[in-house]
Amino acid sequence: MAGILVFVEQRDGHVRKASFEALSEAKRLAQGKGIPVVAVVVGSGVRGLASTLGDWGAEKVFVADQPELAHYSPQAYAQALASAVGEAQPQAVFLAATAMGRDLAGRLAAKLKVGCLPDVTAVRWDGDTLQAVRPVYSGKALATVDGGKSVPVVVTLRPNVFPAQKSPHTAEVMALPPVAVRGGYKVKEVVSLQAGELDVAEADIIVSGGRGLRGPENFALIRELAKVLGAAVGASRAAVDAGWIDHAHQVGQTGKVVSPTLYIACGISGAIQHLAGMSSSKVIVAINKDPEAPIFKVADYGVVGDLFQVIPALTEEVRKLKT
Amino acid sequence: MRIAVLVTYVPDTASTIKVGPSGKAIDEAGIKWIISPYDEFAVEEAIKLKESKGAEVTYITYGPERDQQVLRECFARGGDKGVHVVGTGAAFGDAFAIAQILTAAVKKAGPFDLIFAGVKGVGSDQGLVGAMVAELLDIPHVASVTKIEYGEAGITAWREIEGGQEVVEVSLPCVITAQKGLNEPRYPSLKGIMAAKKMPVESVKVADLGLDEAALGGATCRWVSLALPPAKSAGKIIHGEQDPQAAARELARLLREEAKVI
Ligand SMILES: Cc1cc2nc3c(=O)[nH]c(=O)nc-3n(C[C@H](O)[C@H](O)[C@H](O)COP(=O)(O)OP(=O)(O)OC[C@H]3O[C@@H](n4cnc5c(N)ncnc54)[C@H](O)[C@@H]3O)c2cc1C
Ligand SMILES: Nc1ncnc2c1ncn2[C@@H]1O[C@H](COP(=O)(O)O)[C@@H](O)[C@H]1O
Repeated sequence: MAGILVFVEQRDGHVRKASFEALSEAKRLAQGKGIPVVAVVVGSGVRGLASTLGDWGAEKVFVADQPELAHYSPQAYAQALASAVGEAQPQAVFLAATAMGRDLAGRLAAKLKVGCLPDVTAVRWDGDTLQAVRPVYSGKALATVDGGKSVPVVVTLRPNVFPAQKSPHTAEVMALPPVAVRGGYKVKEVVSLQAGELDVAEADIIVSGGRGLRGPENFALIRELAKVLGAAVGASRAAVDAGWIDHAHQVGQTGKVVSPTLYIACGISGAIQHLAGMSSSKVIVAINKDPEAPIFKVADYGVVGDLFQVIPALTEEVRKLKT
Repeated sequence: MRIAVLVTYVPDTASTIKVGPSGKAIDEAGIKWIISPYDEFAVEEAIKLKESKGAEVTYITYGPERDQQVLRECFARGGDKGVHVVGTGAAFGDAFAIAQILTAAVKKAGPFDLIFAGVKGVGSDQGLVGAMVAELLDIPHVASVTKIEYGEAGITAWREIEGGQEVVEVSLPCVITAQKGLNEPRYPSLKGIMAAKKMPVESVKVADLGLDEAALGGATCRWVSLALPPAKSAGKIIHGEQDPQAAARELARLLREEAKVI
């Protein structure tokens, strides 16, 4: 049976939004060829979740449900996925390009001795072959790639790029044979950064601050605007290197690559390494006092002005709109 | 302890990128090559470990002739041995092909207790090779590591995930892929740069590893074409120097009514 197998990532029993996006894109591509979408869920106590995946176009859902799989382990998860691949014999395996998905994809591809197309922003059929587009060289070029002779080909899809769309089916749920989990790898603890804080890699809206903020205390302005927008807080490397905010917030070449619907850059000049992380955002706003700042070249909307005046005013305006 | 570090030479991140004559790769004329920024964290971690606990550090790279220089740049910071797998570049952009070549090189130069790589090679931006090498060696790996504690039988690694960190206990041998935050890479010293010229580099061909580079390259990932992104049309500029309040109001209105994103 050919088809597209989608790894559905869950944490604490919640499916990640990016996995719904991957399912939706798989469905769109599969429909064009009349082939099925098959999902696979790995974890502990995740069986109940499996049956809900029919809503997202999965015709069949494989489940690896074992206490030892409660935490992500590259080898154990790759083993579970490989066994789902054995059952489904898909043409492609899709994963969301999250921390887990990106990592697992490499491990899985090597296990299956096939290729991987990582962090793609578009996928299409070229005859019966899947072709993908991925930003390379910090987004300064776009490569069109395919998996050569790989069957299946493993593809990771950049979060927030592909629309999530329901497509109701009744899904048949099937258990995978138990994975023999090896020792030598154990997740001791999962540390959350700060309760209630959204991660930039997953956020729909990001408000970022740079050196223009002048000091750590002024991130409060960014946080305030982020709060009214329901956004995550991002930062330039200059702000991170100055110790104003944790590296987890850094956007760019040596930080996170993000694709939110809305990216608001405040006091960020727009160095190429920063653009590398955010230029695929749908709408880019720049707030900067220097009209010559390179960030304005990629911005859809730019406000030339002092961020210390513009941000609070914007926060106020958004608050008004939202009430 | 024996440590391998996988290092790769990449175009300086500030380079202007042009599409080369093949239409599938960049034009390399005028490109300045640098150690991939994440590999610098990998190199630093290995040297620090050598200094604190005693270790032999071997750098391994696969690439064309010019890439011998990346080994020299690593030696300028420290380390003991270098292996250059000289290739034609046929496997460029195909992570699994590269991983097979590097795994063969690791096996030949090994065994190693620890293998460091970068979380991703800047430029081709795949983020795959480390995990693939681990799988081919059938050992565990921890990706995107920002902190390591070294114990008797294994190590504890802090790995970056969305919204936090996973703390992982992993046995040796294993592969670690380095993320920013792991350490502060040192600058090479003048003495180091001089000494680096005399450090031993073993040069091997892909065929010496029993692999066929031409057959491997593109077998599992092909770059069909490379293009520059479409130029973005100029955005709307709102002048807020005089009346920031009005500018903010106009921006909020545009984001709601025109862009429909808030
Ligand atoms: C290998 C490598 C990797 C890198 N990786 C990253 C990365 O991942 N992410 C990243 O961001 N950078 C990265 N950089 C660094 C990058 O080159 C820039 O140095 C950095 O992005 C600059 O940060 P910034 O825009 O905050 O600071 P600056 O460039 O100093 O810009 C500050 C801006 O604030 C504006 N400003 C000042 N005061 C005000 C005010 N009151 N109101 C409004 N505007 C004001 C200024 O006009 C200016 O444009 C990397 C560099 C290298 C070499
Ligand atoms: N040609 C190569 N030679 C040596 N190491 C490499 C090579 N390509 C990739 N690597 C290693 O694998 C890491 C991830 O690369 P990539 O999967 O290409 O993003 C890099 O940071 C290097 O540590």
